[in-house]
Amino acid sequence: MNPSVESILEKYPNAKRDALIPILQEVQESQGYLSKEAIAAIGRHLGLPVSKIYGVATFYNQFRFSPRGQYHIQVCRGTACHVKGSAKVLEALKQELKLEPGNTTRDGLFSLEVVACIGACGLAPVIAINGEFYASLTPDKARNIIKSYRRKGAGNGSRQ
Amino acid sequence: MVHVNNFIKCCDRCWHSLDHPCPDLIDCINRGPLCHDDQTCHHRRLEQLQNHRRTRLERPAIFVGTGTCGLGAGAGYTLQRIKQYLQDKNVIADVYEVGCVGLCVGEPIVDIQLPNRTRISYQKITENKVDQLLDCALAGDVLMDHVICQYPDGAAQPWQHVPFITEHPFFAPQTRWVLANCGIIDPTSIEEYIANGGYQALAKAIHRLTPAELCDLIERSGLRGRGGGGFLTGRKWKLALTTPGDQKYFICNADEGDPGAFMDRAVIEGDPFRVLEGLSIAAYGIGANKAYIYIRAEYPLAIRRLKSAISQAKDYGLLGFNILDSGFSLDVIIKQGAGAFVCGEETALIHSIEGKRGMPRPRPPYPTQHGLFGQPTVINNVETLANVPEIVLKGPEWFSSLGTAASKGTKVFALSGKIVNTGLVEVAMGTKLRDIIFRIGGGIPNGKSYKAVQIGGPSGGCIPEQHLDIEIDYETLQGVGAMMGSGGLVVMDETTCMVDVAKFFMDFIQRESCGKCIPCREGTRRMLEILQRITRGRGSETGIAALERFKGVMYLNRLAEVIKDTSLCGLGKSAPNPVLSTLRWFKSEYEAHIYERKCPAGVCAELLFYKIDTSKCTGCTLCAKNCPAEAIVGNPKTPHFIIQDKCIGCGTCVDKCKFGAVIVE
Repeated sequence: MNPSVESILEKYPNAKRDALIPILQEVQESQGYLSKEAIAAIGRHLGLPVSKIYGVATFYNQFRFSPRGQYHIQVCRGTACHVKGSAKVLEALKQELKLEPGNTTRDGLFSLEVVACIGACGLAPVIAINGEFYASLTPDKARNIIKSYRRKGAGNGSRQ
Repeated sequence: MVHVNNFIKCCDRCWHSLDHPCPDLIDCINRGPLCHDDQTCHHRRLEQLQNHRRTRLERPAIFVGTGTCGLGAGAGYTLQRIKQYLQDKNVIADVYEVGCVGLCVGEPIVDIQLPNRTRISYQKITENKVDQLLDCALAGDVLMDHVICQYPDGAAQPWQHVPFITEHPFFAPQTRWVLANCGIIDPTSIEEYIANGGYQALAKAIHRLTPAELCDLIERSGLRGRGGGGFLTGRKWKLALTTPGDQKYFICNADEGDPGAFMDRAVIEGDPFRVLEGLSIAAYGIGANKAYIYIRAEYPLAIRRLKSAISQAKDYGLLGFNILDSGFSLDVIIKQGAGAFVCGEETALIHSIEGKRGMPRPRPPYPTQHGLFGQPTVINNVETLANVPEIVLKGPEWFSSLGTAASKGTKVFALSGKIVNTGLVEVAMGTKLRDIIFRIGGGIPNGKSYKAVQIGGPSGGCIPEQHLDIEIDYETLQGVGAMMGSGGLVVMDETTCMVDVAKFFMDFIQRESCGKCIPCREGTRRMLEILQRITRGRGSETGIAALERFKGVMYLNRLAEVIKDTSLCGLGKSAPNPVLSTLRWFKSEYEAHIYERKCPAGVCAELLFYKIDTSKCTGCTLCAKNCPAEAIVGNPKTPHFIIQDKCIGCGTCVDKCKFGAVIVE
């Protein structure tokens, strides 16, 4: 069981403004995303209006406001990956999952995210699924990886 | 052996503790014991050192490169398999996880060192190669197919027919100062770092130099900011030192947002103590007792390594209160960046640490006057700080003896893209670009020809063939319309379209623009639109749209200049660089796109024209089945045809055709 928002906030007594981003990161880490309720609770704790918190949270790429899938796919679109054809890999993933970046599939199995650069340029093009790297991809390889995850996900209850 | 806070004492007479630190701790570990004379203690110390330097092995040592790039290539599975093998065969050996040695193309890299022999590095050791390698190596043989090189080592007996690291084409032209330990030592062990000369520089700085002397020393060495700006590091420190303030801050910028650069990550993963030591020395130099490391949340492994390094340094009394009894105290706090490219800009980074939106503010006042929480603050990049310990230890003259007139020392470059040896390369300033790409990098794979190298990330530029002989430093790169940036080198071959590259960077900058100033927010969007129009097919273009397209082309240059001149921060000021530099060197490609609506490199999908060569087509129907737009018609066993109006130019048919019958024009 992941720690609740309240228990995270307890770790930051008398927190000031500079604790806002670490708190947001920790809440997202445990809940998977930033819900309205969580943001309201953080606002009460820090004495900040919810609008200010949204202002900060929407500025940074890291924060999500909807739950992510059981398998979270990060597609690297760094320069090296682009030069080596990551656009086609992304296209293949979009087709295979029928999904636009930033969204989650209906069955809650996959969510797709485009990231600027994972820092594994030597192995371009790269994607990461739940933090596990897949390197030197082609559109076909990417499709096969999704299929294998789908088989894995079908085996256990996929609804989050 | 007595443990106090994880520090191993030789005997009870050693009085070092966190409450009462010993000033000579580092010296004592290396030459000790110093406070009492005892041969047993001396032998014990020596034994520890030899263990940590691995000059006297009793059993085989196996090193697996488990940096992010290694793990991406499957080093995690390799490691598991190695442990399983040792268990199954009852072999006793030590397994260490090390960082990245820099040869990413060879990952997963495994090194093996047998007692009394030199250490050998093997490449491409995937899970299925482990048994073969260990069978061979533990029997005292060399698996020649996978050998990279061996590391020369004083007393150990070298292997026959195995090249030394100094003879390897990838490593020979390099000068590895910052990367000296990466991939060699265990990044999770402070003992090993100290045994290899670590923390002597910090001890020297806080005991024998005043902050002013230290700043002066760094300034005389000629070290310039490795984050890309190139400001003299020592001068920046002096500015902060001479500004009065009751609390000063030092920030290490590890928010490596540049797509295509990964040296900061590799240095932190491979040698976190070096960065920490550099940061401690730097904080002492400006009189700060609180330091932040601002690191990307996308680098989980680097964050883990840093956290472990900080806690070990605290246990040893090399971080925290009254370090080595010098009166200097330092707290280091890790702040995770939340993924905004603009946070590499120093004022934006400060706002981000303060918990605000990471938007820059006008300078002056510079952070050295008015920085984090309004106090004097210095921000240095990881690589800048990683250079500091060696400079303090070996002196400014040693450092400035290498490099060009205005740029001293070495620079780490991240080589990626269409190049044989992708990886991290550290060379002396003033090395020819051609040497980096063709000698170290091994040139372009698949027999293709070189077109350009993109240097400096989204704020940099492309360098064409005719300028490959420039000697790299901050100024020469600016002369050809690029910049040092963080040092990402992305190599492009003939199949890369320069307009597409410019569009890619514009898209990135436009998304990452913080939106505070209009020239950058609106200007980059307009520029992106113009580039998109250039790369669009004729499709359903009406008269007015064609005019719009040309109008955009006419204004492109002007727009770029205005954005450059009027933006608030470095991101906007350098945003047009990718477009300006590709326009400058690859004008003909733009012209082909604009006038002929053709993409010479065959990248821009909408400008491509697919045709099936009826003499080669066998009618296997593969292409028709896979065409997402159902644009291919034909009966089985007879040649197929592409309906141009339906074709979306995705290129699936080219990938699918086994007979090479699809022609792209």
